[in-house]
Amino acid sequence: MGKQDLIEALYGSLGESCVTDPEVAHVEIHGNEVLGLHLVSGLEVEADSRPEGIEVEIRVRAGARIEKPVRICFGLMPESGMQRISMRTRVAEEARVAILASCTFPNALDVLHEMEADIEIGTGAEYLYLERHVHGPEGGVRVIPKATVNLGEGARFRTDFELLRGRAGDIDIDYGATCGAHSVLELAARISARGDDRIRIHEKAELAGEAARGVLTTNIAVREQATAEIKNTMIASAAYARGHVDCKEIIRDQAVAHAIPIVEVRHPQAHVTHEAAIGSVDSKQLETLMSRGLDEDQATDLIIEGLLSPAYRSQG
Amino acid sequence: MKSNEPSFAGGEGPILQVEGLVLERGEKRVLDDLTLEFWPGQVHAVVGPNGAGKTTLAATIMGLSDYTAFQGDIRFDGESLRNLSIDQRAGRGITLAWQEPARFEGLTVRSFVGAGARDRSEARLRDALQRVGLDPEEYLGRAVDRTLSGGERKRIELASILAMEPRLVLMDEPDSGIDVEALNRIFDAIRHLKDRGVTVLLITHSLAVLRQADHAFLLCAGKLWKKGSIEKIETFFGDSCVPCGHRNEPDRSERDADLK
Repeated sequence: MGKQDLIEALYGSLGESCVTDPEVAHVEIHGNEVLGLHLVSGLEVEADSRPEGIEVEIRVRAGARIEKPVRICFGLMPESGMQRISMRTRVAEEARVAILASCTFPNALDVLHEMEADIEIGTGAEYLYLERHVHGPEGGVRVIPKATVNLGEGARFRTDFELLRGRAGDIDIDYGATCGAHSVLELAARISARGDDRIRIHEKAELAGEAARGVLTTNIAVREQATAEIKNTMIASAAYARGHVDCKEIIRDQAVAHAIPIVEVRHPQAHVTHEAAIGSVDSKQLETLMSRGLDEDQATDLIIEGLLSPAYRSQG
Repeated sequence: MKSNEPSFAGGEGPILQVEGLVLERGEKRVLDDLTLEFWPGQVHAVVGPNGAGKTTLAATIMGLSDYTAFQGDIRFDGESLRNLSIDQRAGRGITLAWQEPARFEGLTVRSFVGAGARDRSEARLRDALQRVGLDPEEYLGRAVDRTLSGGERKRIELASILAMEPRLVLMDEPDSGIDVEALNRIFDAIRHLKDRGVTVLLITHSLAVLRQADHAFLLCAGKLWKKGSIEKIETFFGDSCVPCGHRNEPDRSERDADLK
C-alpha cells in the first residue's frame, strides 16, 4: 500500500477524509514511519524515523498563534505491530496551539503503541492536546502513553484522552506535571472498557508556583471482567494554589475498579479537594430514564454516555 | 369552567385505581388502606401535610425501587401494576416528574428529552422545550448538570415528559424550588397535557397548584381523609390542615363520612 493510500486508510478508519485545508498543519505517522507532514507559519516539526521508533520534535515559536488545530494522526493498520514515539514539545512564551491527535488501530490483535512525551510550555503560553483513540473490536492493543509536563508562569495546558470506538484493550497512562505560578493544568480521561480490558491511569500534578491551579478528571465505565485502577495525585506546595481531583467510575457485571486519590498540601494557604465515586449508576438517574420508558440497560448506557461525554464537567 | 366532580364522559371508567393500598416502613403505615380512583383526561390533586404519604403514593404508582412491597393493588386500565417494572409501567403510559429532578452530568438536554420521546425529530424536541418556556437554541446543547438551576431542570424534565406523550403524569410538588414565571410555564404545560387528554396527578401542599386541578384528594397520616371539589378541599386544607401545623394527627370527626 502506498503512502497516500495508507494516509487515506488512517483517516478513513476515523470516519474522516484527508486534511486538505492548507491552513491546517498536519502530520501522519503509520507505525514508525512518517507518511505526511504539512506545516504552517509559527510551527516547526521535525520527525526522524528509526526502526526502533520515531523521534518527533514540535516547536511553536514565541508569540505564535496557530489559529487552526494541528492534526496529528498516529496509527497502525495491520493486525499486529509496534509504534513507539518519543515526542518533545516546546511551546514558547505567549504562543498558543491546539493539537488534535488521533490514534487509530482499527484492526488490532497484537499492537503496541508507546508514547513518551516531554512537554515544556513557556510563560503565558497555551497548549491544548486532545487525544482521540479508535481501537479494533477485539481489544488487542496495548496503549502506553507517558508524559512529563512543565508549565511556566501563567501557562495553560489541557489534555483530554478519549476512547471513541472499539475495545480499550490495555491502556496504561502515566502523566506527571509541574505547574509554575498562576499556571492552569487540566488532565482528563474518559474511557469505557469491557471484556478483559485493563485500564491503569496514574497522574501526578504538583502545583509548585503561587496561585497555580490544577484539575485531574477521570471518568471510567467498566463492565464484564474489565478492570480499572486510577491513581491521581495532587500536591499543592505554594500559596493560593488550588487543586481538585475528580474520579468517577461506573462498574457493571464482574468488573473491578480501584480509585486512589492522593492529596498532599504543603502550604497553609493552598487548598485541594477530591471527589471519588465508584459504583453502579445512580438510582435516581436510572429510575428517571426508566420512567420515560428506557429499560435498565438502555438507561445505564445513556448515563454512561453522559459520563464519558466531552460535555461532562468536573465538580471542581 | 372547571368541573368539580369526576367526569365519566363517554362512559369511561377510571384510568387508575388504587385499591386498599398499604405500605409500611418498619412499624409505621405510610399508606394506610388507601382507595382512590383517577379519571381519564382529568387533573387530580393529592394534597396533605408533610408526611401524609403523597410522595410515597406517587412513587408506589410508578414502581420505584423502595416502593414495591405493598398490600392491596394498583390498576391501570384495569391491569394490575404489581408485577410491572418502572419501564414497563412507562410503556403503558405512566411517568413521573420528580420533586427534585436528577442531574445528568455530561448528558445534553437533546439526549435527555429525546430519550423517551415518541417522536425524536428536531421539531418535536424544540416544541417540547418551547412549551415549558425554554429557548431550544440555548438549551438543546447544554448538559443537564449543575450549571442548570433547579427550576430549569424541572422544566427540562417536564419537556421530556411532553415529548414522551404519556397517558398519566405523576407530578411531585411541581412548584418546589422554582420562581413564579417558571411555575406559570409549568401550569401552561399542565393545561396542554389536559387538552391532549392526558391524566395528571399533582402531588402538592400548595394551594396555587391545587387550583390547577379538577378534583382533589386530601391525605393525612397515610389515609384518605377527604375527596371532592377543589373548593371543598382548599377550604378544609386552609382551615384545618394549616392551623394543625401538619402534625398528621387528624381529627376523626372531620373525615368524610363515606370514608370513615
